[in-house]
Amino acid sequence: MKRLMLGNEAVARGAYEAGVTVAAAYPGTPSTEITEQIAKYDQIYSEWSPNEKVALEVAVGAAIAGARAICSMKHVGLNVAADPLFTASYTGVNAGLVIMVADDPGMHSSQNEQDSRHYAIASKLPMLEPSDSAECLAFTKLAYELSEHFDTPVILRLSTRISHSQSIVEISDRVEPVQKEYKKDPAKFVMMPAMARGRHVVVEERTDKLRKYAEATPINVIELHSEEIGVITSGTSYNYAKEALGDSVSYLKLGLLNPLPVKLIQDFSCKVKRLYVIEELDPVIETHCKAIGLSATGKELFPIIGEFSQRLVAERILHNSPEFTKLEENIPVRPPVMCPGCPHRGVFYILSKLKLMVNGDIGCYTLGAAAPLNAMDTTVCMGFSVSGLHGYHKAMGEEAAKKSVAVIGDSTFIHSGITGLVNVAYNQSNSTVIILDNSITGMTGHQQNPTTGYTIKGDPTAKISLEKLCNAVGINRVRVVDPLNLKELETAIREETEADEPSVIIARRPCALLKYVKHKPPLVIDRNKCVACKSCFKIGCPAIVMADGKAQIDNTLCVGCDLCTSLCKFGAIGKKEEA
Amino acid sequence: MSSVKSIMIVGVGGQGTLLASRLLGNALMRQNYDVKVSEVHGMSQRGGSVVTYVKYGDKVHSPVIDLGEADIIIAFEQLEAARWLGYLKKGGKILVNTQRIAPMPVITGAAKYPEDLVDKMKAAGADVAAFDALSLAEQAGSAKAVNVVLIGALSKLMGFEEAMWHEVIADCVPSKFLEMNQKAFELGASADL
Repeated sequence: MKRLMLGNEAVARGAYEAGVTVAAAYPGTPSTEITEQIAKYDQIYSEWSPNEKVALEVAVGAAIAGARAICSMKHVGLNVAADPLFTASYTGVNAGLVIMVADDPGMHSSQNEQDSRHYAIASKLPMLEPSDSAECLAFTKLAYELSEHFDTPVILRLSTRISHSQSIVEISDRVEPVQKEYKKDPAKFVMMPAMARGRHVVVEERTDKLRKYAEATPINVIELHSEEIGVITSGTSYNYAKEALGDSVSYLKLGLLNPLPVKLIQDFSCKVKRLYVIEELDPVIETHCKAIGLSATGKELFPIIGEFSQRLVAERILHNSPEFTKLEENIPVRPPVMCPGCPHRGVFYILSKLKLMVNGDIGCYTLGAAAPLNAMDTTVCMGFSVSGLHGYHKAMGEEAAKKSVAVIGDSTFIHSGITGLVNVAYNQSNSTVIILDNSITGMTGHQQNPTTGYTIKGDPTAKISLEKLCNAVGINRVRVVDPLNLKELETAIREETEADEPSVIIARRPCALLKYVKHKPPLVIDRNKCVACKSCFKIGCPAIVMADGKAQIDNTLCVGCDLCTSLCKFGAIGKKEEA
Repeated sequence: MSSVKSIMIVGVGGQGTLLASRLLGNALMRQNYDVKVSEVHGMSQRGGSVVTYVKYGDKVHSPVIDLGEADIIIAFEQLEAARWLGYLKKGGKILVNTQRIAPMPVITGAAKYPEDLVDKMKAAGADVAAFDALSLAEQAGSAKAVNVVLIGALSKLMGFEEAMWHEVIADCVPSKFLEMNQKAFELGASADL
């Protein structure tokens, strides 16, 4: 049966058809839908783990037990999971294990543009890269075969354009798995020095076997069309090359990115006069070609930054590209904004008003850095806000503690903030940490997490109390406020930054987009009372606009959160009947 | 590849562009085309400028559309129409919902929302069909149906059987909203462009 599927959905389908029974992940764009789709299959146990390291360890544990397992994450998630990754390479598996990692060239929704292929090389693991949804499904199934045949975890690398493009997929039935027998085998699974030395030998032997496989695998494909130009490429770059250059050049499309073949590439290069390497991000294939003595053109022509397209390939190789219509007009940018009714908005309004130094974190609330709130000084990685603030205080001294805070979401706090808070308590800085608890993992599209009380399947489960958790790690001052109550919020932030000990403020209100959150009728602005002072614009609500010289509320956007009402000194904002 | 056609759907995060691309993608698959639909999720969805690429033909390679390549652009909002106009192929057509949604720099007063964008796009040489899809959506029962109104308008350019579109809508939208969406489609399909 043919279906139009996202690359991510096709990976999920591939895992299902391959008989996977355990799936663990932490959400991260562009990888999230893989595990969301897997959760729809009753035959697979699935979970949102607290972070990628835990998720990968769950999957490794399942594979050692004898069940096929999958673990999915975005590129930066692999940094978090790197610790188990490198040593799972040594232990190998029992049943198949696939680690799905999605890169984000162009940084559509990421804090950096790292190239995951370096991880495959560094951890000595095979890596496959599909170029469309059909290959996502097929390569996922192949990855399980390879994992069990070579006794290794296998990395499947996607990118935003593969993960989030739909193309046609032919689905087939699931092969019901036979759980492999678990046998105690300390020499293979206990990685203390004596055993790990032995396993490193096995890893190198395995890499030799994989190198031979790379020369013959059916997923490294040569398409001979021309003796003039040869293009070596993979993944989405293959699609751009193929669309721009068609059958006017020859291709070597690599489905196996690590290890890369040697003889296959040398043979291909002998068949063409000029060799190009077209790859997004870092020159991994190009460097390999040069290392094996070939002259190949890659990053001299193609950028190391951002996404490619067929236009770029045509420009750089054919020196032509289509004309386009130019509009001589200054088009204002449209950056993403916090939604109307967003519980984060008030927090950043107060932080901006109090002119505090703000260590931010990863989530929707990173938008607090944007105008008009401009209330963020740093954003680095998941959890940095808490530990970075501690470091800032140690460098700047006590006064700095009264003028700075960390802000971190509920899910991000569970992911990587807890250990930072342990450090704040243990090594004593007067840090004030604001947990923006909107009762969901928001940015990635509403995934449950350990603070919500529900599993990935929506079943009720244990719910972590953030208050008790913060108390337990040694924070005595913990208070909960409603972020839509600006007065209460300001008092709490003033008092806690002044306090002579570390504190946590939990700003608790569910995400305005959650289905169970009831919205109030839109507010209206009385034009007779509005003096156009623009005070209400300071919160950066997209529902408040200027119309004919006065502020006006867009009733299709306003959800009646009331945050703006208290900002108006003239009482111009109110409910419909009042105004 | 000359046999491949490219349609871009542009708008503001939250306007329902993803459903529009899903309807279009499924319609094209029913017509036995090879289809690729590329969308971007995550941060840009939060009220930002969003774009979806839909490509179809005998064999589609690249899922993306670049400058000067789109046969048709469906713009859910005027400013977004202007922003992405450069992606229109020479001789291509752009369908514009005349709705205006102010972006944050306009709201804060850092920038002005440009006036007369439809006329300016026409003056630049584009084949522009502009209409008030929002009013038609409200007439159908909800401002949220603006996506299906626009798909209705697009259907007139595609030449496929109307019954097929209705089947696709029935497949893709929840049954309690089916009637409203069918009405939205009809209103879009009969809009005077």
